[in-house]
Amino acid sequence: MSGEPADREHYEAVVVGCGPGGAAAAARLAEHGVETLVLERGVEAGSKNVSGGLVYAEESAPYTLDDLFEGFREEAAERPVTDYQIHNIAGNKVKSYDLTDLHEHDTDWCDAVLRRKMDAWLEQRVHEKTSETGGGVLTNVRVNGLLREDGEIVGVTCDELDPIEADLIVAADGVNSELARDAGLMDWEEPDEWFQGVKAVVDMDPDVVNDRFDLDEDEGAAHLFSGDLFSDVRGGGFLYTNEDSLSIGTVFHLDSLVAEQAEPHELLDALLTHPVMAHWLGDEYDEREYGAKLVPDSKKVAHREPYRDRLVLVGDAAGQMQAQGPIIKGMNHAVTGGALAADAFAITRGNADPEAAGRRYAKLLEESGTMDKLRPRRYDLSRAVGERDVVTNAVERVLDSRVGSLALGNPVADRVLKRAYNSPFLVSMLPDTRTGYVTVPAIVGEEHGRTIHWENDVEPPSLEARIGGLTYDTDVGNPHIELLDDSAAASEAAVYACPVSADDFGGGCYRTEQVQTNGDEETVVSLDTQPCVECGTCAIVADTAWEHPRGGKGVEYREG
Amino acid sequence: MRSVVLTKGVPDFSEGAVSFDEDGHLERGKTPTVMNPNDKFAVQAALQTKVRHGGHVSGMSMGPPGYADVLKEAMESVYTDDSYLLSDRELAASDTWATAITLSAGLETYQEELGDIDLVFAGFKSADGETGQTGPQTAWAMDWPIVTHVIALDIDPDDRRLRAKRLVEGDVDEIETVEAPLPCMVVTDPEFEPTYRKASHRLTHKRLRAETEERAADHDEHLTTWSQEDLNLDPDYIGLDGSPTIVSSVDPIPKAPSEREATMIDPDDGDAMEPVLEELQPFAGSD
Repeated sequence: MSGEPADREHYEAVVVGCGPGGAAAAARLAEHGVETLVLERGVEAGSKNVSGGLVYAEESAPYTLDDLFEGFREEAAERPVTDYQIHNIAGNKVKSYDLTDLHEHDTDWCDAVLRRKMDAWLEQRVHEKTSETGGGVLTNVRVNGLLREDGEIVGVTCDELDPIEADLIVAADGVNSELARDAGLMDWEEPDEWFQGVKAVVDMDPDVVNDRFDLDEDEGAAHLFSGDLFSDVRGGGFLYTNEDSLSIGTVFHLDSLVAEQAEPHELLDALLTHPVMAHWLGDEYDEREYGAKLVPDSKKVAHREPYRDRLVLVGDAAGQMQAQGPIIKGMNHAVTGGALAADAFAITRGNADPEAAGRRYAKLLEESGTMDKLRPRRYDLSRAVGERDVVTNAVERVLDSRVGSLALGNPVADRVLKRAYNSPFLVSMLPDTRTGYVTVPAIVGEEHGRTIHWENDVEPPSLEARIGGLTYDTDVGNPHIELLDDSAAASEAAVYACPVSADDFGGGCYRTEQVQTNGDEETVVSLDTQPCVECGTCAIVADTAWEHPRGGKGVEYREG
Repeated sequence: MRSVVLTKGVPDFSEGAVSFDEDGHLERGKTPTVMNPNDKFAVQAALQTKVRHGGHVSGMSMGPPGYADVLKEAMESVYTDDSYLLSDRELAASDTWATAITLSAGLETYQEELGDIDLVFAGFKSADGETGQTGPQTAWAMDWPIVTHVIALDIDPDDRRLRAKRLVEGDVDEIETVEAPLPCMVVTDPEFEPTYRKASHRLTHKRLRAETEERAADHDEHLTTWSQEDLNLDPDYIGLDGSPTIVSSVDPIPKAPSEREATMIDPDDGDAMEPVLEELQPFAGSD
């Protein structure tokens, strides 16, 4: 019978996921002559992906996307970032700093991207390359777990295919990596290890983009937003220009979203409707797509030993996502991780020890300096005091006081602050407290900012309309998330934190209901997975059994 | 493995495409011809065989020159290697019997010119005639075994046998597993589903699709047309003369009454509602 060990299929390498990390791994493996099978669960690579939208090529990085894929920038990317600013907001007051120095530090180039277009392009190239060494890319295939023999990982199991054995398994299956969790290398436990981002892709004619952002055709802008426009939720916003659209989004610490009972789509709306956006968005707002994703906080979860047996983790699956203040880099590290994992396998090929490639991969991550970017040791030191509540509260009280405002508000502080924002060294130490995200930017905005009087006429679509605008192929009768505990205590946070759910909204994934029991009234949580955008938020904030949908099923992003 | 898929052009009965005249007769001229929908399952079975075992798949059809488009469609969807059209004025107005004689002659000619066939695939009845006779009659004419209502298929090329699951409809649906020697004719059921559980099969499928897109672009290069003479057929056994079926008459299906006689009543008008309530009284339940 098929599927039995005797006639199991075997590939030298199986790469799970065809995002930038998987693509880089597969391309490099093929260059080493390794027979490589790439399994992608979307109908096309990119259909399951969302990112804020900047991809970097660092001067210090061993690999970049255009090294590995000729023509990447011309054919798969949007605009390069030539203008980079951060806006500190207090009410209607805004103080902007030019962050170009920080942006250009160690940057060879940086382009805005939309993931459907980008990843689909990569998929084609990867298929061409891997076909030459006896493999290829298969879409609509979901890898659902690890194949083990005598307790050792020897391959993968899939919904759509019989089990496959491999000498190397690259888990590039994203932030909710089922393989990393199956191997016990990652979990879904702590909200403070994650960010959640939501994004709107807004349609805009290229000439209008050029005009409103004062750009030439081959130029692009990046704007970051912080301050009090998101109340006390720790995080910020971004706006990037694409060829004929804008990517506008917000990213917040998941623990903060939960603590503040904030609705992610409302925080996005707070940015979209702020006066600072008025002259960029104009009076015709046409949202092409609403999307969401979880982002690992590499400072806390970037895995120092991302391997087990023949399995290596790459990109988000390994927590390789650098979000330190205004530095937001993920895809470039996934590319480096993927390519290094491939090199590690090539170097150790034929070694009888199944962990030889994994160990070498971890070593290469260290030696290339990648690990220190992701998880700076000075951050580990600074967070020990920085994030402790008592210290935070003391600092907050000083800053909130007249003395604190004066200190940040004097002209010298203005210059110092600009330098501080532009220092990669300082930024990597930023403690993840409201001080960095809310208090300081708000005071800066208040003391230094100029008041904006523009009328913002944008009326963002309702959550219902946003869900209605997404494309789904629902796996009817086979929900991919099971709610294990429907009590409010265990799972109510999902009603707020899930980006496609909201309090008092019946059309989302999660909702609460009042149930009468023996005269008592009890709040219970219920789940309908149809609108799910597969971000993984509820896996962390609620008590669920969480899996991805079968291959090709679930949400299909057109922009990403 | 060498397979031939038999396919037929039928009027496109889908909404918006099909055209009927005032008397409810199909307007052939105004209705486009497409591949018989049931043949798609035969095509999928042939494709599965090619993906799993390699070899050569040909499409074959009997009909007017315009049916070349149907064979092109087969090339696009089944990734056939080449197409054979049996086309001649003498073949016009063939019933299922004459068609089966012609198709079997086509298959014999094919074997003489190209090599032995292992499998012939056909769909379960056509969308226009709905007889379901042509496949079995062709197998009879070839003196081959036939397996019908196939929903799943496995081939053992070394043993030269096939194993098929058949959907047998009775009081309850039953699935029967049968074996047959090659060569054999396989008639697929509309429930047929190809399965590709091996990555290598899916990669082959993907490669064939890319190759076939190029091939189908110049389908004429891969099309062979055989006339009555090429097939060496006796005119008495083909076309109208060779068709024992007599269609005595065709009655148009009566149109559904689009409007019934209706009386409008204002529900707030108590007097007018009285007779309605009386009519409904016998159907009212009691508390």
